[in-house]
Amino acid sequence: MKNNIALTRYDKNKPDIAWCPGCGNFQILRAMKLALEELNISPQQAVVVSGIGQAAKTPQYFNVNMFNGLHGRALPVATGIKLANPELVVIAEGGDGDMYGEGGNHFLHAIRRNPNLTHIVHNNMVYGLTKGQASPTSQIGFKSPIQSVTDMPLNPIAIAIAQNASFVARSFSLNINQLKNLLKTAIQHEGYALIDVFQPCVVFNKVNTYQWFQEHTYDLPNDYNPYDREKAFQIAIDEHNLALGIIYKNHID
Amino acid sequence: MQKKIKDISIVIHGAAGQGLKTIELFLAPLLLQHTGFYVFSTSEYMSRIRGGNNSVEIHVSTSPVLAFVERIDLLISMNRFNIDHLCDRITKNTTIIADHSLIAEKHSLIQIPLLDNVQNGNEKTIPNSIVIGIVLSLFAISPTHYIPEIKKYFSKATANQNQQSIEYGYQLTDKLCEEKKLTKYKLIATTAKQDHLISGAEAIAAGAISGGCNFVTAYPMSPGTSVFTHMAKAARDRPIIIEQVEDEISAANMALGAWYAGARAMITTAGGGFALMCETISLAGMIETPLVVLIGQRPGPATGLPTRTEQSDLNLVLYAGHGEFPRIILAPGTPQEAFQLTQKAFNLADKFQVPVFILADQFFLDSLYCTDVFDLTQKIETHIIKTDSCYQRYQLTEDGISPRGIPNYGDGIVCVDSDEHNETGYIAEDKKTRITMQNKRLKKLESIKKYAYAPTFIGSENFTFLVVCWGSNYGVVQETLQQLNTTSFAMLHFAQLYPLHPEAKKYLHQAHKIIMVENNSSGQFDSLLHREFNVRSDHLILQYDGSPFSVEGLTRQLQHISNEK
Repeated sequence: MKNNIALTRYDKNKPDIAWCPGCGNFQILRAMKLALEELNISPQQAVVVSGIGQAAKTPQYFNVNMFNGLHGRALPVATGIKLANPELVVIAEGGDGDMYGEGGNHFLHAIRRNPNLTHIVHNNMVYGLTKGQASPTSQIGFKSPIQSVTDMPLNPIAIAIAQNASFVARSFSLNINQLKNLLKTAIQHEGYALIDVFQPCVVFNKVNTYQWFQEHTYDLPNDYNPYDREKAFQIAIDEHNLALGIIYKNHID
Repeated sequence: MQKKIKDISIVIHGAAGQGLKTIELFLAPLLLQHTGFYVFSTSEYMSRIRGGNNSVEIHVSTSPVLAFVERIDLLISMNRFNIDHLCDRITKNTTIIADHSLIAEKHSLIQIPLLDNVQNGNEKTIPNSIVIGIVLSLFAISPTHYIPEIKKYFSKATANQNQQSIEYGYQLTDKLCEEKKLTKYKLIATTAKQDHLISGAEAIAAGAISGGCNFVTAYPMSPGTSVFTHMAKAARDRPIIIEQVEDEISAANMALGAWYAGARAMITTAGGGFALMCETISLAGMIETPLVVLIGQRPGPATGLPTRTEQSDLNLVLYAGHGEFPRIILAPGTPQEAFQLTQKAFNLADKFQVPVFILADQFFLDSLYCTDVFDLTQKIETHIIKTDSCYQRYQLTEDGISPRGIPNYGDGIVCVDSDEHNETGYIAEDKKTRITMQNKRLKKLESIKKYAYAPTFIGSENFTFLVVCWGSNYGVVQETLQQLNTTSFAMLHFAQLYPLHPEAKKYLHQAHKIIMVENNSSGQFDSLLHREFNVRSDHLILQYDGSPFSVEGLTRQLQHISNEK
């Protein structure tokens, strides 16, 4: 996907990008750059903390402070950065294996601790970089070189709402405009903000494709009230029709 | 009639929950301030909240004391059933005071109503406060000295009851002395030159504060928690962030994130907790972000003996983390050294951008030591630079140390990467970058060596036997050699274990026989000396039963070696 928009302060000159053609990560990268630019945050002020995996490479490809650490550990690093310098805009970013598998405990406790940072999870329901194994969000029946999935997928949205997370949203990478706006709202939100982003893996996930996500997702209506926790939970546990937008907020900004 | 003595060892025995810690923390400073003698206090306890057999040893002497002794001159037991726990250490010279219900046929006891909770004025007696009263009476510390301390130490609600119990014990003991069943202690007149009492944990916390530490993370684990607790207390009126996290992995990563953003962070843990942090230590080595880690050692493997002492995590710390990168390991032997080296740890971490470990143990952290006033001349050194728009986090330099910027301080951006990276900090997989960057990181060790802390040599230059030790064994080796009082023994104590100071070689080569003293079962430091200096100890004195070396035990072993032909 070619970037037709004029170069921003966040654009790097000819980055050597290691993503596969057609990967949803490109759209997420673009939405992030646009969101930060539109919020008039300088690259010096923003820090993107990531783990390991294809999603975690995102900060390599734009001009921003980067802490590319260990698999699963972006949230505690991001929390330490934000505590040490609250002036910084801190984003923790990684894939579903990184954030919900290896880093699952940090996910639960970041919600409790409620640091003022944005948590972006590229959720493609498969392990890409290690070549196609099941992830914590892979659906039952998903076939990989290792397994035919029998474990129930982790439901990050339901977990976050159950823990009364400060801000819970879901997006789909193809809808760059929606994602950009959600990112802007999340960054401006006071407290921990989760954005789970559906992102097709064009190489290893032949089930949850662009078409599959289009068929199984819908946008929450404009008059949807994200402050109703019970309603939000109902939406979160619906595994057939997957809502996109701000699903839950525990306080009004 | 008072006994004139130079040195007395008092042991208080009781169960968890009976307030042994209160006895120790209340008595030790009073004894130091109002007898003029040196005081050292150490406790041993079981891994439980209530019950069991615990004891605290308060060692009072006319000369400085830094070590555990087996000998018990006065034993006061709050145990109703037996004193079997301490049987090996009781001799015919041990005076034993116990509750009147205790039956111990082998021993002659002075029995008093200690545990009855008798009505005493309008309050019931409290056993541990009676014990405090007994000791205060035996040292003839006057009420004008101890009463103000009661108000300071106990809460308003309990101060009165505790005071009455202390007075009850005091008067009971005075009466026993009049009846000549007990004798008051009179030590040979002296004035302790070190009039501050501090635990190893407090000394490390004080050093951290003086080193500019402003961020501490931990998951509670004995014995490292004591330092965390002191830091949390200090943080009440200082700008220090304290975060108890979900696990040790989070503790290490959060601290690393804090350093990256400009804080001076410390992690406190024990060997088991540290094992969980090893991947993050490797990350610190790769991204060249400073880190300070306090490790309180206890016997392993696994949960081992959670409340006991050992020096068995040197190898863990020396080799922690995959891949190869420089590090610094410190192991202070005295509170003064703990203060100075912890302070220095922050400067070293900042300067060289490497992980710095402070290797302590349960014995050192929990014991109370007399100490001089700490030397405050060492200053906080920071090495953070303001970045420009061309800033490269891993700029190649002569000594391998790249100027360290932090986010949003200057016009540059700061990129650190767990992957092998180029000078800018971005992922790079080519061989040339790999070799250049690995050499750059390793090169820092040469500069680090120039800042190494020299080992402490004590003894005559004409020694035959060199007793080598590290960390908390400073005190016991020093006291043992003083008692042996011969020029044939000298000691060499290492408070920096890695990298080693080159001066150490001189002493090691001069020794006819090297005797290594370590609280572990394999001689880990002996192996390190062999690795670094190609020197091997002639004798290993190893102890790994969970207790610290005693002066008597070490004396026996050294005498045995010196008598060998």
